Amino acid sequence: MSHSHLLHTTFVPTAPPSLRRRLGVGAHLPRKPHLIQSKIREIFMPALSSTMTEGKIVSWVKSEGDKLAKGESVVVVESDKADMDVESFYDGYLAAIIVDEGLSAAVGSTIALLAETEEEIALAQSKKSSSPAPASASAAGGNDAPMVLEEMPSPVPAAAPAVASVSSNASAVGSAVHPASEGGKRVVASPYAKKLAKDLGVDLKGIVGSGPNGRVVAKDVEAALAAVNVGGGSAATTAAEVAKPSGVELGSVVPFTTMQSAVSRNMVESLAVPTFRVGYTFTTDALDALYKKIKSKGVTMTALLAKATALALVQHPVVNSSCRDGKSFTYNSHINVAVAVAIDGGLITPVLQDADKIDIYSLSRKWKELVDKARAKQLQPQEYNSGTFTLSNLGMFGVDRFDAILPPGTGAIMAVGASEPALVGTKDGRIGLKTQMQVNVTADHRVIYGADLAAFLQTLAKIIEDPNDLTL
Amino acid sequence: MQSAISISLSSPSPIPRSCPRSLRFCGLRKEAFCPDASPGATSLRLTTLNLRYQHSNLNAVFAALKGNGAASSNGFDYDLVIIGAGVGGHGAALHAVEKGLKTAIIEGDVVGGTCVNRGCVPSKALLAVSGRMRDLQNEQHMKSFGLQVAAAGYDRQKVADHANNLASKIRGNLTNSMKALGVDILTGFGTILGPQKLKFGKGDSGDKIITAKDIIVATGSVPLVPKGIEVDGKTVITSDHALKLEFVPQWIAIVGSGYIGLEFSDVYTALGSEVTFVEALDQIMPGFDPEIGKLAQRVLVNPRKIDSYTGVFASKITPAKDGKPVQIELIDAKTKEPKETLEVDAALIATGRAPFTKGLGLENINVQTQRGFVPVDERMRVIDTNGKLVPHLYCIGDANGKMMLAHAASAQGISVVEQVTGNDHVLNHLSIPAACFTHPEISMVGLTEPQARERAEKEGFEVSIAKTSFKANTKALAENEGEGMAKLIYRPDNGEILGVHIFGLHAADLIHEASNAIAMGTRIQDIKFAVHAHPTLSEVLDELFKSAKVKLSASKTVAEPVPV
Repeated sequence: MSHSHLLHTTFVPTAPPSLRRRLGVGAHLPRKPHLIQSKIREIFMPALSSTMTEGKIVSWVKSEGDKLAKGESVVVVESDKADMDVESFYDGYLAAIIVDEGLSAAVGSTIALLAETEEEIALAQSKKSSSPAPASASAAGGNDAPMVLEEMPSPVPAAAPAVASVSSNASAVGSAVHPASEGGKRVVASPYAKKLAKDLGVDLKGIVGSGPNGRVVAKDVEAALAAVNVGGGSAATTAAEVAKPSGVELGSVVPFTTMQSAVSRNMVESLAVPTFRVGYTFTTDALDALYKKIKSKGVTMTALLAKATALALVQHPVVNSSCRDGKSFTYNSHINVAVAVAIDGGLITPVLQDADKIDIYSLSRKWKELVDKARAKQLQPQEYNSGTFTLSNLGMFGVDRFDAILPPGTGAIMAVGASEPALVGTKDGRIGLKTQMQVNVTADHRVIYGADLAAFLQTLAKIIEDPNDLTL
Repeated sequence: MQSAISISLSSPSPIPRSCPRSLRFCGLRKEAFCPDASPGATSLRLTTLNLRYQHSNLNAVFAALKGNGAASSNGFDYDLVIIGAGVGGHGAALHAVEKGLKTAIIEGDVVGGTCVNRGCVPSKALLAVSGRMRDLQNEQHMKSFGLQVAAAGYDRQKVADHANNLASKIRGNLTNSMKALGVDILTGFGTILGPQKLKFGKGDSGDKIITAKDIIVATGSVPLVPKGIEVDGKTVITSDHALKLEFVPQWIAIVGSGYIGLEFSDVYTALGSEVTFVEALDQIMPGFDPEIGKLAQRVLVNPRKIDSYTGVFASKITPAKDGKPVQIELIDAKTKEPKETLEVDAALIATGRAPFTKGLGLENINVQTQRGFVPVDERMRVIDTNGKLVPHLYCIGDANGKMMLAHAASAQGISVVEQVTGNDHVLNHLSIPAACFTHPEISMVGLTEPQARERAEKEGFEVSIAKTSFKANTKALAENEGEGMAKLIYRPDNGEILGVHIFGLHAADLIHEASNAIAMGTRIQDIKFAVHAHPTLSEVLDELFKSAKVKLSASKTVAEPVPV
């Protein structure tokens, strides 16, 4: 999805003066408006407080197609502090709502499109359908730290159709809020059945109601969901499994979902690549101290590691290269750090693009957004298959070291273990307590040799042991 | 004596009305009035009377009867006759006796009126049940306390009995309180025959004619049923029927999402029903301060088994029969085009209340009702067709439509009694609180933010808003009930409180600090020094006042030293 043809807009909260006072820095996040031909603007999730990283859409004051005057309230956003009306900076028409009521979006992500004229509404809406946006069902209890990183990460290009079909399925359900009214054949469903169907992504039309007068009631929706689960294989299964992640029936054979099939294919394919491994131990006291200091600003350890890795890769372009045809080096022009994330029923590798160039705070926000999108299965293909170097971290589970499989199409992957205090002998002959972290890099030996990895790891060690450059 | 009970009784009607706030509520006033500056002899006599009343009921009745009759003069049968023994009439009667008037009250149905028999009182009983059911059913809530509760269930008939018993008890209390003071309770329908003259009875030859120096009309209201809706009392019902709780439908449509609708949605969903709101305006819960309404919707509607249709009228509702469910035909509120048909198990009509003013004989004194309401001025004096005041005739409560709340009726009645006993009195309606007894509750007094801003623009002053959250209140957190907010709308230049809105635990009880402040004209810079016990929910308001930024400092009167 390219934003280059969209105007960036900023929204301001209409809070009473007493509240406005407290908004602080977030209210004027730096935005870089860049202009282009078509007069369709993106409406962003505003930062309503300095600590806000994502906001929940409480309600849309305006509906799609409504005319907006500059200064008019468009949407009510719930931040970590309060609910605020957000008003438009421009006149125009609310062309497309991308993040529905009740869903959350990261600060700075697109929540709606604004068309300047009525004619452009349709254009904007076609854009919306081609680019589903960041949203996570916050009802799914999404506040806990992202469950990041898996043992055998793999960018799963083949998963693209699956993801796409899931999201289109979801949007179809979204539009069918009152299916009982549609078409010649009426579907009568109780309020709770409708709510459930929407939450679980079940189409009410196909359900036979068991309630009074053939009405669809909650248990019919639940039964329909169970039936779909048994059927398996379809996109609906994926949605269903998100809703009910646990519940494995022992003794049963469960076919792979589309995503799992893609992972399987990639894993087998990786056997064709001659890989080798190099390990290294970093001292992370300085990194941990830095993390503590800037954690409150929304910086995550994942972002710090990605940033450090990207800075090291700048100095070692060969480690950022890959071997496409068995005959040549492909030196990538961008440093895109993919980070493996476990999600229900599989794993995916959201990509922090140009991680070497983006500052740590933006990178952290971007990461949060990507994880939310990944959970909601709304990542765009280039957001998970454009990685040039992969990180996989199991440290948060106490794993001290492990071995990663190289995702096909890339040159190297780094497996990151836990930071743990260790007794170490220092060069001056003393024994000290230091926090150490083990990493293990798997690389394609056709392009990356042992000395390359050793030099890269040495650079990375320097960055991690003196990490102040990370915040520049 | 019973204590104050105040609850919502009905919802704003789908048709926008001209009165400033379409709040319809009902409540009983507390039996405590400040004795005012009446002539020494009278107040002395009353004190004795009250004392004796406490000792012996018999003596009290005797003394009161004597007192009630003694003051009458000028050749009238009574000093004051009140038509309608609802909460408004009751409040007026009690105050009239206290002021030494010989008083009679005419009731054609049962004492207590809508509020006690078919409104606030029985609905509070049902809401008490729904509140407990909600607690017991909320596993997370219970677990967070460390409590374990097995599946909660209920016995419908016993829930209904609780509501009915409460109504009987309060009705008895009300009747006794008037009898004890010697108010004559006259049975029948009252009709005005001419100035200071009326009759009461069944409308036949047995009717009796009486004269009174002053007359108060307090005939109240009945549920409004828009045309096209057939109420059978079983599957298509009004609040009158719903309060009997004869059955708990699996799916009930509530037409009107104001106070009555909202309270019943709380009851029905707690008892296991699913609810569909049908609202003529563009959003549910109109009439609330928008910010409070949004929060309320997030807590009271969205997570519950409720959906809604807005911007639609129910043009036709047919009760269930011959195995067919209740049919509700919806039309677009603006274009009147048919939208769709709902099929539900029951429909509750909560579209508002219509004044009950037929047969009052208003034509005999040249008064014409406006959409059923009796026109009155700010002192509740009835206005005739020529725009002139009708001497000695007043109308209070739902029948005048100023503010359809029981406690407002009572306050209006007291105001009238003050006037007829020689003290000019105008009731400040902006100081009258209102509450909706959902879980959690909603309460308010004064203006909403849009109303305040409109007035500010017209009169050229500045408006500020202060807000506090229940999340920051110790007591609310101890109860695991941190959801809620309080909002203060005020003038930063002089500290005047324009409105207070509360959504949260016990909001209905918390509002009175604000409503009293408005009634007494207390300013924020003074009330912020008042001390609140810690930890209590009242600190939500304490914080609210303290967070306001007023440009004046406290007035001198607060600083009077009191030695301890």
